[in-house]
Formats: sequence, structure tokens, C-alpha cells
Amino acid sequence: MTSTLEATVIDTVVQPGDGALVEVPAGGRLRIVDLHGNQAVDTLLYDAHDIAHRYSAFDTVREQGAVFLTTGSRLLSNRLDELAVITDDTCGRHDTLGGACAQESNVVRYGEHTRHQHACRETFLRYGAPAGIGQRELGHNINFFMNVPVTPAGDLTFEDGLSAPGKHVELTATRDVLVLISNCPQLNNPCNGWNPTAVQLLGWWD
Amino acid sequence: MSWAHEVPGGAAWSTPVRAGRLVTLTALGDDANVSVLLFGADRLDRLNVPDTMKAQMSARIRPPMVLMSDRGLALASVVSSTSDWHDCLTGFGHDAHLERFGPSSYAADRNDWRRSARSGLISELTKHGLGEADLHGPVNFFSKVAIADDASASLAWQAGHTTAGDQVVLRTEQDVLLVLSTAPHPLSGAAYGPAGVQVEVGSAPWPAEDDASWLFRDESARALEMCRRVVA
Repeated sequence: MTSTLEATVIDTVVQPGDGALVEVPAGGRLRIVDLHGNQAVDTLLYDAHDIAHRYSAFDTVREQGAVFLTTGSRLLSNRLDELAVITDDTCGRHDTLGGACAQESNVVRYGEHTRHQHACRETFLRYGAPAGIGQRELGHNINFFMNVPVTPAGDLTFEDGLSAPGKHVELTATRDVLVLISNCPQLNNPCNGWNPTAVQLLGWWD
Repeated sequence: MSWAHEVPGGAAWSTPVRAGRLVTLTALGDDANVSVLLFGADRLDRLNVPDTMKAQMSARIRPPMVLMSDRGLALASVVSSTSDWHDCLTGFGHDAHLERFGPSSYAADRNDWRRSARSGLISELTKHGLGEADLHGPVNFFSKVAIADDASASLAWQAGHTTAGDQVVLRTEQDVLLVLSTAPHPLSGAAYGPAGVQVEVGSAPWPAEDDASWLFRDESARALEMCRRVVA
């Protein structure tokens, strides 16, 4: 799978509350490493040549016939095209139903005192802006390393992560994609183990 | 004053609805499905299913949940329903989901031609100056996709979940744009023949002190309160 031409072209640490916009060419691999464990990494994907063509959580869930993402999951677009595939996963499963935190949804969930706490939507908008990604272009995201169990009774909860220090997930791009990442700053629930921490991005392509 | 409109199966439609209205959706046949998108008063803010689910700890839509927007505002409350499970996990149908029924066109089938939810929703959005970028996770009223107790939380569409006459009643909490499609649920295994849905709009009484949505959860009340600050 590893081409002799492949070189490490990205090796960077994303601090909690920070983000990244990474262009991964078709065939390139992007690995996200949960350096300290239980860190939610909110992630959106876009066709690098057409941002209207973007990751769709509910199309991805429906077409794979299952809620959780793991190795083999095809990350589909709003036009049912494959943007990337999860090709390695040492965590086991990832959420794609829980969405991102926002200042406004923090108020709903935790009260008005959280209005000005930093949130993923801020990071998405900041890092998306240079590519033209604004409010309308923010669909429902993936939360790598986040544990959002759903039950046959139709309940949904946020629980402590299944992840641990050094666990990773790796995407292989099917086409040229932009990967928009927010390393979640949420302090009010266990999605980051109550203590947001840094993650590492590693990228390999020709 | 109230009015009603019957949307035939397989069609799409959109209408603005003012704040403080009751919107009653009635299934006109068995296994009806209506995929609903909602926009707030400014037509930029829109339904956010993940936020609606996580704030109310539910992977299905049921009374008395509040449907919430990107901006943390109540769009509509689910006042009542004959069903306690409306799917919100599996999106709307694409052209690909109609391929199993064979080709269809206006030229061949006139107004019985088969069109997907996605194409119908985009057509409606375009009439309001919106488009593909404004598509978002819908609520599929009258449909149930069951969640298995297995490692991947497998999903399976449930036949027979809805029968003719079933209803769901929404109360608009701000001026909304309602965009809907009555195309088949994308996971439906049934033969083609989607049921129609009646949409009735009437005035809603001001919520009482013991309104079920206001009392449901603190999160529901806060979304309603934040909406009221903007609307009042």
C-alpha cells in the first residue's frame, strides 16, 4: 500500500481549541493521532475542487447501514460520491451523529454562562474561510475518537471516550479533498475527558 | 383561520409558515414518508439534527422534543404524534434510490414520473434563493429506522410503521420555511407507490405554563427561551 514515492508531507501537532485545513490529494493518507487519549477531533471533508460537494453524515450512515464509523467506512458526499475511506483505526469506532459544539448550542446544553466559551464551530469557520467555507457549507461532521452510544430504544448519550493515548485513525482520500479539522475545546462534557489535549496529524502522499 | 394542502406521494413542496402556527402532517396512506427541512426566519439558520438529538438525548424525533437550529434556537416543537419515532438518522433519498424501479420521465409517465427527494428538495430550495449548500439532515416523519444492539449500531427500515391517518403536530416557534418531499424513504424496500401527506396549518394557542415542550428538558426550554428573545 505504501508507495516508494510517498513521503511524509505533514507532521504537525494541533493544539486543543485549534484547527487545520489540509488538502489531501487522491490516494494520500492522513492519520490523526489521539496523543493523550479521549480527544474529540471534529472533522469535515470537501471536494477540493468544489466545496458544495461535501461530506454528508446521514448519507454515509444510511449507505453503510450502521451508525458508527471504523475501518472500511466509506465517507460519502452529499452526492453519494466517495470522498475518502477509513483505512486504519486503532480506536474501534467513531461518532458521526453528535455534530460539533457551537457557542449557541453550548448555551442550549449548559446554560448562558457558556456563551463565550470557545467552540468547534468557531474553529471551522476560521479555518474554512480561506477556502470559501462559511456557515452554509458547514454540514454535520465526524467526531473522531468520540463515543456517542445509541440504543435500540432510540436514546443517544455522550460518554467517556473509547480512545486512549496513541490511538489513531487513518483516512485514504478517494479524490482530492480538503479536510477541515477542529480539535474540540469542549469543557462541559466528557467528550474530551474533561481536559482537551493536542492531537497529531501525519500525512503521506507522492 | 386554517388551511390545508394535500401533497401527493413522490412530490416536493415548500411554504413559509409564520410563528405560532400548528402544522399538522397527516399520512394519507400506509408507510408514508415525508422528509422535512426547516429554515429559520432569516433563511440562513436551519435545522440541526445533531444538536437537536444531543440536547435532548434522543436518536429519534418524538413529542415533546424541540427542533433546534444551528444557532441554538427553537424552530418548531413536536406537540403531539400518533408515533413516538420519526427517523432523523438516514437522510433523504437520491436518484440512485429510485433506480430499482426502472427508468421514468415526464415524457413517458407524465406527472406520475418518479423523482427523488433530493431533486425535489433542491428544486424547492431554488425557488427561495437557496440551493444545494442549504440541504441538511432532515427529519423523515412517519418513518422508523430501527437501531440494532450490535457493535456498529446497524440500521433497518421498518415496514408497517405508519398507517393512513397517522399524524404529527408541530408548533412553529419562529417564522420558518418548511421544505418537504413525499418521495419514498431511501431505505424502504416497498414497491413504488409513496403515500401522500396532508399539511394543515392553523393558529396555535400561546404555550401554557405546563407546556410539555417547555417542561421536557432544561435544554428544550433554553432553545425555546433563546428563540423567544429573538422573536418577541
